[in-house]
Amino acid sequence: MFVYGLINSAVLALMAIGFNLTFGISGVANFAYGAIYVVSGFLTWSLINKLNMPYPVSAISTIIIIGILGALIYRFIIKRIRGLVISEVIATFGISIVILEFLRYVGFIGFKYSLPMFITGSVEIFDAYVDIQRLLIICFVILLIIALYIFTHHTKIGRAFRGIAQEEHTSLSLGINPDWIASLSMGLGSSLGAFAAIVILPLGTITVDGGYDVLINALSVCIVGGLGSTFGIIIASVIIGYAQTLTATYLAPHWTMIVSLLAILIILVFKPSGILGHQKELEERV
Amino acid sequence: MVAAGLNLLIKKRDMAKENYRKERIDRCIKARSDDIYAISSKNEILYLLFPRVIPIAALGIIALISPLYWQKVIISACIFAMLAVSWDFLSSCGMLSLGQALFFGIGSYIAGILNHYLNLPFYITIPVATISGGLLSTILLLPVVRLRGIYFAMVTLILPLMLMRGIEATRIFGGNEGITGLSPFPNIWVELIIIITAMWVTLFALRRFISSDYGLIFVSIRDNDRATMASGINIYAFKAQALFIGSCICAFCGAFMTHSYMFTGIPVFTMEFSILPIAASAIGGIGSLAGPLLGAFVLVPLSEILREFGTLRVVFYGLVLVICVVALPEGIFHYLSRKYNEMERWVKIE
Repeated sequence: MFVYGLINSAVLALMAIGFNLTFGISGVANFAYGAIYVVSGFLTWSLINKLNMPYPVSAISTIIIIGILGALIYRFIIKRIRGLVISEVIATFGISIVILEFLRYVGFIGFKYSLPMFITGSVEIFDAYVDIQRLLIICFVILLIIALYIFTHHTKIGRAFRGIAQEEHTSLSLGINPDWIASLSMGLGSSLGAFAAIVILPLGTITVDGGYDVLINALSVCIVGGLGSTFGIIIASVIIGYAQTLTATYLAPHWTMIVSLLAILIILVFKPSGILGHQKELEERV
Repeated sequence: MVAAGLNLLIKKRDMAKENYRKERIDRCIKARSDDIYAISSKNEILYLLFPRVIPIAALGIIALISPLYWQKVIISACIFAMLAVSWDFLSSCGMLSLGQALFFGIGSYIAGILNHYLNLPFYITIPVATISGGLLSTILLLPVVRLRGIYFAMVTLILPLMLMRGIEATRIFGGNEGITGLSPFPNIWVELIIIITAMWVTLFALRRFISSDYGLIFVSIRDNDRATMASGINIYAFKAQALFIGSCICAFCGAFMTHSYMFTGIPVFTMEFSILPIAASAIGGIGSLAGPLLGAFVLVPLSEILREFGTLRVVFYGLVLVICVVALPEGIFHYLSRKYNEMERWVKIE
């Protein structure tokens, strides 16, 4: 129970981290995030099975391609409507629909669409058999969070990221190009989405509807944790992760998605800015 | 030869642009008929009536003469037009909804349940579903009325998907299969009259409402909610009212469609009912209420022609959305109304 909840939390955190990065830095709520997640799953699958590339190569090239795709989406679409909230949401939502429904039309449906595990096999921890893949997810999440922390605090680009997140005009006067950094952040966010897809998808099959689920999960974790706060995401994913695991065990697996909604509603009623999202609390939500 | 001529034309136009600028001014008749003086002359009354009467008459005539299949298309166009008008109304109150399907589905389910379990006829279920659906949606969204912008959008996106999952999980109200065999309308003419009347009433009532003193409060909430609060207005109460009005319209559409198709089920919460109204608004022009209606009447027949492509239609809506939002933010309606109400002329730069 303890282990499964932890794994579930790690999965949620991994899903949410890319969405949160893009939002926290460029202020763009990327509603196409779920679509990007699914596309990277199918892209990896196609690279492995259609072009017969080895798994590590195809995984890395997927991450790179998706990153470039995300940056391009920013460059050509979102840049033109930056700051108009309605247009941003509609445009990213439109992109998401185009990608997901196109995949559905092309016919990526079925059980054969699944990615191989990194290492097969399972180990026994606290009387529970756990796939090594699931343990790897936890390791990856921890590594990723540490890496992101180092990146945003100790490298030049990472500091520029935080700069435009705090005050765009001031950072412009310090020689940081907000458009360039924002498209980088969108690219990085998308790559993280692709990474999450590659790590998580071996546990199940790749489905188009999974894209909407991922978006919902990422949104609920981000709202509960406070948008733009990495530490809040960790706490929120632990809370929601355990809540989902408990419902799945004691109630029924169908109810897990409803837990996310309940978490959102409760948080919105009592603390609208999320658990740790005191930054910009007044301006964004009211 | 032709190319050379075209080049010359372009050159001429560019030269014209160099020393001149384009000026847009209201037509004299608009300036005069904007006020109460409209009743003073036949010309001005005609000027005002023309853009309102012609579409009403045209739709009526088309509905009369078209074959049964296209009458059905007109009905669904009217439904989507009402959803789009309601979306635009909510967005002009500062609430960006990505889940019109929620209101629509709730109305549809209420009508279906009343009809199936209590055997009530359509002239009772539709009004009951409209009011109670509006109330229920408002209560569901009441905790998030405090949010704005993308936060509100996120929750409205999530809610219909959640309800879908909930119905799947609990298997209530027919579960995956839904409720079938509901009582239909007596004939197609009743259907057409109800929906077309409802659509025009909604449009003109909302247009009038939003330009009244009461409606101006909603617009001011969108423009600057902090300032509105500072003026001593309880914006949450007003937002809840706007939500009720908007969701009542959608619930009506849902209830109507339930009886029209004799079916209600999980498909009423699908993405199509959320995305098409937004796409219609983006094409027609956001913020005018009439624009979304126009957009729906462009999109629905078009998608009917594209029916053979199946789910590719939804892809098409998405593309339309992105292109319209990014490249043509004005929309058809604003363009037409500019052409009708204003003159353009070249003025020499001094």
